[in-house]
Amino acid sequence: MKTLIRNGHVIDPGRFNGKADVLIEGGKIAAVGAKLLVKGDNSSHVTVIEAKGLWVCPGFVDLHVHLREPGFEYKETIATGARAAVAGGFTSVCCMPNTRPVNDSRSVTEFILRQAASAKQAHVFPIGAITKGSDGNELAEIGELYDAGCVALSDDGRPVMQSLIMRRAMEYALAFNLPIIDHCEDLSLAEGGSMNEGLVSTELGLAGIPSAAEEVMVARNVALAELTGARLHLAHVSTVGSVRLVREAKSRGLAVTAEACPHHFSLTEEAVRNFNTHAKMNPPLRTGADVQAVKEGLRDGTIDGIATDHAPHAVQEKQLQFDEAPFGIVGLETALPLVLNLVEEGVLSSEQAISKLTCAPAQVFALPKGTLALGADADVVLIDPDHTWVVDPSRFQSKARNTPFTGWTMKGRVMKTIVGGEVVYDSP
Amino acid sequence: MGFKRKDLLSIASLAPEEITLILDAAEPFKEVSGREIKKVPALRGKTVANLFFEPSTRTRASFELAAKRLSADVINFSPSASSVMKGETLLDTARNIEYMQADIIILRHSSAGAAETLARAVRSSVINAGDGWHEHPTQALLDLFTIKEKKSGFKGLRVAIVGDLAHSRVARSDIRALTKMGAEVLVIGPPTMIPPYLDRLGVKISFDLDSALPGMDVIIMLRLQLERQGRSLFPTVREYSRLYGLTPERVRLAASDVLIMHPGPINRGIEIAPEVADSPSASILDQVTNGVAVRMGLMYLLSQLN
Repeated sequence: MKTLIRNGHVIDPGRFNGKADVLIEGGKIAAVGAKLLVKGDNSSHVTVIEAKGLWVCPGFVDLHVHLREPGFEYKETIATGARAAVAGGFTSVCCMPNTRPVNDSRSVTEFILRQAASAKQAHVFPIGAITKGSDGNELAEIGELYDAGCVALSDDGRPVMQSLIMRRAMEYALAFNLPIIDHCEDLSLAEGGSMNEGLVSTELGLAGIPSAAEEVMVARNVALAELTGARLHLAHVSTVGSVRLVREAKSRGLAVTAEACPHHFSLTEEAVRNFNTHAKMNPPLRTGADVQAVKEGLRDGTIDGIATDHAPHAVQEKQLQFDEAPFGIVGLETALPLVLNLVEEGVLSSEQAISKLTCAPAQVFALPKGTLALGADADVVLIDPDHTWVVDPSRFQSKARNTPFTGWTMKGRVMKTIVGGEVVYDSP
Repeated sequence: MGFKRKDLLSIASLAPEEITLILDAAEPFKEVSGREIKKVPALRGKTVANLFFEPSTRTRASFELAAKRLSADVINFSPSASSVMKGETLLDTARNIEYMQADIIILRHSSAGAAETLARAVRSSVINAGDGWHEHPTQALLDLFTIKEKKSGFKGLRVAIVGDLAHSRVARSDIRALTKMGAEVLVIGPPTMIPPYLDRLGVKISFDLDSALPGMDVIIMLRLQLERQGRSLFPTVREYSRLYGLTPERVRLAASDVLIMHPGPINRGIEIAPEVADSPSASILDQVTNGVAVRMGLMYLLSQLN
């Protein structure tokens, strides 16, 4: 069974950028080049996908999603989350362990992989907990998590506050070459806060989370990475200071990587002004200067990739008062056009933008994804970069509707998503 | 201009002319409260619902009296005891009250933004009676009303606001109200109690009470929330009182006709010395009286529109 994607503009970052066809055979990339279907080929054995006017790219890789299953299936399931992923062009997602039970054991990891396999949508790569129950006290059975298929470790959302535990986790993970991801937040500095600490929090009378709550932990983690030689990945960096610290760490050759979320370069704390709970996430929306710093970090390579921190919540949870509502927004189905805005603004070239969604994040966790190399899994996304559309959450594939982008006119749309050679999403 | 709002949610959203309008509307109602028969039929047949999710004595009583003196029917909900325990959300509780045909809902809630969220969801008028640390607009209006009675005008008036600015909804509303009316506002407190960028609201900031007081026409003392001790905002009540308490000696540093205000309830001997609270310069109880008149004026304006 062969599939030919014909007449598209292939962007395979660092490898190819131009008009070409892509041939898929046996679920793998078989060829990328001009006029691949030669005369005499029996076209009845080839499914042809016409891609004129479209970009043909490797499927996107998201290092940071919350799929909520097991335990919070009312928010999202692995099947609905993976469906949202492919609708947004993501063919591989890495899911955080803050489920119930926490993914701190082989059985939970295997359950996630089983659910993902039966959903037959995006590839799902579980992230294991650093500590048992993510309670920050004792290391989880990291070797067991690695064997079961975890690709990284994190206590996301419940950052490891004890520096000694973090040190030991970094050291221990070296045995498996697993990256340690930290959601950098000093919980004592952030205590009670529900938005960025600054002018808007002062005006609204909401308790603030200062930039320093993030930055002191970035600094600590960089110091520990230097001490241990660990692979440190910093989740959702959102401040001027964090970007500066990561840049400095990289310039010294440390194995430090970082991701940024679309909302952190698309919105500022001003979005909270009407107490919109869909503008509540952690780290919070910051200031214009922070947005600029994140963009600059993406541009100069300080920030390796773009991750969504897709965090579905039920409608009733976001109907609570601002300080009572949970942190987080969905992101899988709005990420692409927000990233393409950076191309429009001249922050990134189109190839760089695609790279931040594909090969660059894949490299961070050493996933064999995000490429159209010969023999790679045929995970491909077809994009219409000029298609404009209006965000209507009721049309999301995700179970959740919690987005601050409702009503936004977006430019750039996923037209078709292919996973392992099979078309799993077709834009309606 | 007329008052064209469905709700009163914040001072920040009001134009100076609207503030003046409310203050003017309150004038005649002050006279009503001085009568033998303290009642007018302005809101006869209307229903006012007091929805207080936080304990409150004086604000709730003030709104209730104001509504009753306007001949409205008043219902009181203290959902902390009932529906919240059963897991009902604020919006569901409020919609129930709306469907009892309440014309005005008066909301006190511990969450900033609660009144704004509610106002978007119900047809009833909503008056914010305090939302978290955000705003307490009727307190600011009654403070303005009290100042207006004692001083010639707001323009150029020098007003000090002293205490925990970070956690005070009264301070946020007073700062907005006073600066909109042209007063010069100086806020004074320990740096731990001054929120970031407060100067951007058009106030000056000082950490030293003694050097700040000379020339002040009005001093507004904020209540020290004693439960904040141990949260590293100030070392001890003793030290706070020594540095930021208003004593008779400190009052003498200000203008000779200084007006001393406090939203209550006061901590005698902590942020305000008893001799100061009981002195002729203090208008703490006038504020209470004026609170009823201002709330009558406000409810009258809202009922006229709807």
